Amino acid sequence: MNKKRPVNLDLWTIQFPIAALVSITHRVSGVVLLAGILILMWMLDASLASEESFLELQTILANPIAKFVLWAVLAALAYHLVMGLRHLLMDLGIGESLEGGRRGATVAVVIAVILILAAGWWVW
Amino acid sequence: MVTAVSTLGRNGVADWVIQRVSALILAAYTIFIVAFIGANPQLDFATWHGLFDQLWMRIFSLMTLISMAAHGWIGLWAVLTDYVTERMMGSKALTLRILVLGAYAVVTLAYLVWGFEMLWGF
Repeated sequence: MNKKRPVNLDLWTIQFPIAALVSITHRVSGVVLLAGILILMWMLDASLASEESFLELQTILANPIAKFVLWAVLAALAYHLVMGLRHLLMDLGIGESLEGGRRGATVAVVIAVILILAAGWWVW
Repeated sequence: MVTAVSTLGRNGVADWVIQRVSALILAAYTIFIVAFIGANPQLDFATWHGLFDQLWMRIFSLMTLISMAAHGWIGLWAVLTDYVTERMMGSKALTLRILVLGAYAVVTLAYLVWGFEMLWGF
């Protein structure tokens, strides 16, 4: 292999296609969920431990900051879920072409945005 | 040299399959929980507790938790080996990757025990 071939590893000078943006944000949402799962598990624990802790959780979730944090976790979950389902469809051979990949990424982003807005409406 | 010692399935194909099977379980659980809460707008403790009283729901929940542990490991491993690399930061990369994956392993084991306790402990 010619070791003198030109390489450009300065990612900031590259304009990303939508499939690349969707890929990196899928990863970001996944890493966010590693922390988000702690919040969801704490909620599950509080909701099941006793009726008092269930009601206490409802009171806590009435707080605007708690609502925002929950919405952020649900947004990351919704986004990661939609992008993951897109990957599974692509594993089945759907939307694998260059044009199909672009279109699939666009459709997935639209669905994810709708779900994130719906999650916000649900939380508030 | 690529070493497979920190991958979950010890090879790429196994990780690929585990990532997708766990994804299906996680997706099914997420959609089920959202649908259940959506179908019970005024959800009270008795209904919620009643759901988790069922053996199948406890099994489904624990399967989801185990899937999450595996899915998170494979995802985190992929992200770390792409961005925390020797090319980016030299010999410190391996140490950092081991520390982060090690921390994840400890936290995830704690999640699993905690999850088991919250599902069967009440």
